Amino acid sequence: MTDWGTLAPILWLSFQQTVYMVFWTMLVAGLLGLGLGVALYTTRRGGLLQNAPVFHLLNVLVNIVRPIPFIIFITAIGPLTLLAMGTTIGTRSVLFPMAAMATFVIGRIVEQNLVAVDPGVVEAARAMGAGRFRIIWSVLVPEALGPLILGYTFIFVVVVDMSAMAGYVGGGGLGNFAISYGYQQFDWAVTLVTVLVIIVVVQAAQLLGNRLARRALRR
Amino acid sequence: MPPVISFRGATKTFAGPRGAEVRAVDGVDLDIAPGEVAGVIGYSGAGKSTLVRMVNALELPTSGTVTVAGRVTGTLGERGLRELRADVGMIFQQFNLFSSRTVAGNVGYPLRIAGWSREQRRDRVRELLEFVGILDKARQYPAQLSGGQKQRVGIARALATSPGILLADEATSALDPETTQDVLALLRRVNAELGTTIVVITHEMEVVSSICHTVAVMERGRVIEQGPVYDVFADPRAPATRRFVHSVLRDTPSGATLARLREHFPGRLVTVWVRAGSGARSALSDVLATHSAGHGVRSTIVYGGIRELAEKPLGSITFALTGDDAAVDALIADLRRHTRVEEAA
Repeated sequence: MTDWGTLAPILWLSFQQTVYMVFWTMLVAGLLGLGLGVALYTTRRGGLLQNAPVFHLLNVLVNIVRPIPFIIFITAIGPLTLLAMGTTIGTRSVLFPMAAMATFVIGRIVEQNLVAVDPGVVEAARAMGAGRFRIIWSVLVPEALGPLILGYTFIFVVVVDMSAMAGYVGGGGLGNFAISYGYQQFDWAVTLVTVLVIIVVVQAAQLLGNRLARRALRR
Repeated sequence: MPPVISFRGATKTFAGPRGAEVRAVDGVDLDIAPGEVAGVIGYSGAGKSTLVRMVNALELPTSGTVTVAGRVTGTLGERGLRELRADVGMIFQQFNLFSSRTVAGNVGYPLRIAGWSREQRRDRVRELLEFVGILDKARQYPAQLSGGQKQRVGIARALATSPGILLADEATSALDPETTQDVLALLRRVNAELGTTIVVITHEMEVVSSICHTVAVMERGRVIEQGPVYDVFADPRAPATRRFVHSVLRDTPSGATLARLREHFPGRLVTVWVRAGSGARSALSDVLATHSAGHGVRSTIVYGGIRELAEKPLGSITFALTGDDAAVDALIADLRRHTRVEEAA
């Protein structure tokens, strides 16, 4: 029988660790990814800040990083993690590879959503005398807000998925809990409960994302 | 009065495929007087949009100059550009409203750029929405509006900073005929009450005939003909203008129509231009009456139409003429003394 008296507090702690990792990753990578996506969109040919060298550099960088499996990415950038976080072990240290990977993924998603903004709206803003940076924050981003929210909701699930790998570097979290106390103890019930917790978290996020996006879409 | 917009040798080239150069606008000289409603017409790809986008410096000339209200567009810095664009409003075929902002938010946006305070903006937006007749829609989002209402928002937004010039890029092409008339009436009011100079790009005869004072015809980047609307339409000189006028007036039979007319009506098919002055309707009627009575030439009306442009008649009537060959020749010769007559070959 599963000893839930012992396991419940650990599950709670793991849950908190996952929330911690996901929250900080979403916050940091959310902002950096937005910047990266805007940079990709605006530096492309015909963009507001057209700049071929910058665009190609960013584009290649994103294309190199994104396909790397996350578990390999964590080890591959270990030296950088050590430099940035002072350690490569623990919940805090895994934030670095998580935020880095998420930034690239978010950047691409932001770029794709900005591409879908009607260029006529940007032209109208230019015709009114709006400067390029004003157009970015007061036209492009608000016009793409609905799809952006859906994009970020999608990323949230990806980041929850990433956080499950944190166990590999002693980062804890729900993924680690399911492996350590479920899989390795042959306790299928523990795995199942952990999966249910993750499903609830993801469903809640998706529900919230859909609501916010609908409000932002105005259609 | 000196022109408010002045093109001098204005040329705009774009890099085309495989390094080829595309001349969108090619050495245009054109003046537009203050308070004028100037039409720019021509087939798509003629360079109309590029030409008009040079007025608010969305495009800068590759060579030549464009002077707008005393400013040479190519020499302006960031600030000069902002000032120029506050003085040149623009409306679009697809309206280009900000879907994330309310009607009031859209109209207030250019005022934000111009640094107006919240209270000033609120009052001005109210005034503008009242002017275009959609004050009750202030809190709605563009997606909730009809096409005509959207263009009214577009016009209010374009007029927010009280520009001296308004550019209209196919502003009614996405609207149904009735809504088109409403929007044109509004533009006429803008011109009459606010004294705004308006430059309209269009391929619709309705637009030209109902609001334009002058018209410039473009083909392959060049302005091939320009002048008062009636003069250009009544007596088009360039072949391209003639083709364009024919295609919008649709008052002369051609192709299948001509073949059908021949089938139904014996005699020679002759198209007579109706114009103000020498081509006046009474003079032409007199000629037909004289020849009918005196030489037995029967003229049957088979096709045509006459409309009013700048309060003058414009159109053509096609007749099937039957009778003695020499008598028909004499009638045609007589008509030619008054107006242009074309006999279908």
